[in-house]
Amino acid sequence: MNVHEFQAKSLFAQFGVPVPRGKEITTPEAATAWANELNTPVFVVKAQIHAGGRGKAGGVKITKDKGAVAGLTKELIGKTLVTHQTGPKGRKVHRLLMEEGANIAKELYLSILVDRDTGWPTFIASTEGGMEIEEVAEKTPEKIIKEAIDPAVGFQGHNGRNVAYALGLQNIEPAVINPFVQMLGNLYRMFMEKHAALVEINPLIITKEKTLVALDGKVSFDDNGLFKHEDVQKMRDLNEEEPLEIEATANNLNYVKLDGNIGCMVNGAGLAMATMDVIKLAGSEPANFLDVGGGATKDTVAAGFRILLKDPNVKGIFINIFGGIVRCERIAHGVIEAAKEVKITVPLVVRLQGTNAEEGRRLLADSGLKLEVANDLWEAAQKIVKLTGKAA
Amino acid sequence: MSILVNKNTRVVVQGITGKEGSFHATQCKAYGTKVVAGVTPGKAGQEVEGIPVFNTVADAVKKTECDTSLIFVPPPFCADAILEAADAGVKLIICITEGIPVNDMVKVKRALGGRDVRLIGPNCPGVITVDEAKIGIMPGFIHKKGIVGVVSRSGTLTYEAVHQLSTLGLGETTCVGIGGDPVNGTGFVDVLPLFEKDPETQAIVMIGEIGGDAEEKAAEFIKKSVKKPVISFIAGITAPPGRRMGHAGAIISGGKGTATEKMKALEAAGVKVVKNPAEIGDAVKKALGR
Repeated sequence: MNVHEFQAKSLFAQFGVPVPRGKEITTPEAATAWANELNTPVFVVKAQIHAGGRGKAGGVKITKDKGAVAGLTKELIGKTLVTHQTGPKGRKVHRLLMEEGANIAKELYLSILVDRDTGWPTFIASTEGGMEIEEVAEKTPEKIIKEAIDPAVGFQGHNGRNVAYALGLQNIEPAVINPFVQMLGNLYRMFMEKHAALVEINPLIITKEKTLVALDGKVSFDDNGLFKHEDVQKMRDLNEEEPLEIEATANNLNYVKLDGNIGCMVNGAGLAMATMDVIKLAGSEPANFLDVGGGATKDTVAAGFRILLKDPNVKGIFINIFGGIVRCERIAHGVIEAAKEVKITVPLVVRLQGTNAEEGRRLLADSGLKLEVANDLWEAAQKIVKLTGKAA
Repeated sequence: MSILVNKNTRVVVQGITGKEGSFHATQCKAYGTKVVAGVTPGKAGQEVEGIPVFNTVADAVKKTECDTSLIFVPPPFCADAILEAADAGVKLIICITEGIPVNDMVKVKRALGGRDVRLIGPNCPGVITVDEAKIGIMPGFIHKKGIVGVVSRSGTLTYEAVHQLSTLGLGETTCVGIGGDPVNGTGFVDVLPLFEKDPETQAIVMIGEIGGDAEEKAAEFIKKSVKKPVISFIAGITAPPGRRMGHAGAIISGGKGTATEKMKALEAAGVKVVKNPAEIGDAVKKALGR
């Protein structure tokens, strides 16, 4: 789960990581009131969406004029920002972060995540702050500093010093070395305690006043750890999520919307991805990823149908079930019952394999429903593509 | 021969009195697996289908000499359950549970490091040595004793591959599900050398998916140390970057972990990579010259 910059910064503040004074703003009146309270030479108004590249898209405004913040707020709220991470449709701005400006002397990059290779939480740092870190890693890999933290003992001072000296802070600004080491310790604590998946500060700045400030902040959380953190759950912003994906989650389905026109419903994540791949090989494009999980029932199948059919791009549906513990004749009953409840208006191909597959296929064939039954994966994919036409 | 588990493996099921635990313990036993004990704290003295239940894994080990654990404990308590099994001296821990927080697994993996214990999973279907022991949730009947070793990050996609191998008459030796989580106990590079050494295994099917670099690491290992034919399918070539495809580990981030990159690495290591998941079985047959 992703959160907004202002939420990330409020967590930073809780864990002793310095951030600019700032506040979430949704109205021009609130902006003026907060500007009066901030009483600072420079005001920064930042659109809050779950995507990077906001600055280039016009989502960040800077002004020295206290009187201008209300106008900037009016301009940004409701605006749709298109960045390299939002896709062409862009994201509508619902909330802003307004904070004090800073005197930047140097920009750094800092993040922490679990290195999948070692299984250890690992800091990544670079002197190339404010840039896309992927680009830095590709063009100048020698400028990427990595420091793994032993989870058995947690963060140690030397971990922080290793990063500080590798960055050359002794040459850039020796006064920030100790606060930097302390800050890394705090970030590690936050990362582990809050079950974060990624904490990124880009840029982390050294100010002309010789202090460190997290000028931007991005935090995403491990969905599997959310049950431990009510405060984090409350940060979820449904405006930032695909409505069909929200509905799917409410029905215990795992759904990701894509751009093609063949809706698929599959049990198991790996098989669901393989089904998407086979649709493409057969000459079309999948409309979604949908894993109905191990315990597919009539209700989950019906919910799946409803979600797939709400996507106007869906021109056909492909159900692919490999019965293991889930028995195929139950799935067949589920499809038949669900088809009675949900009017299915597009071609449907059902492929059943595994436990009681034959019985399931017979039930479907005898149901009088308008559908095609298939045994084998490739045969099924070709059938649905033929029925819906190849992708343009 | 086989790898990891066989007809002499003695299994304790942790979380045996739960719905999943009792169902699958029964299924494993029916397959012929020696399920000798179950553990649920506070329920010692009960039985599940004739399997005695103990309060702790330590008690189960003492009374039944179990050497392998199968875990169905819910995510909030699962890290504890894995460590309990390791502390009790169990040598192989197979964790089925889905949804363990990554940062919990970070600590578990570190705690198990350097000890004489192997963890498989979490979030995996388990391990089966055909006609000897089924220690997991896979449907036993789709397997057929044969000559192909299977190692996979996925569940039902593995069943798909196994079904093809069985239907073509090739059959399997052992199938190992290593799970779809970003931090897990056993990787491709741990299982591949076991298959390479196993005299019954003549070919290896490796099923990967997007995310991480386990497949790239496997490719390096295969190039150096595997002589048997390896056939691979990587799921998720159509998956967009930045979106999590069901498994916590299946996410393309920062341009890394794409299916195309993985396929390229594997092909460069001499692996036969199939693009169509319906052709895994045929590709194995061809590789074996049958």
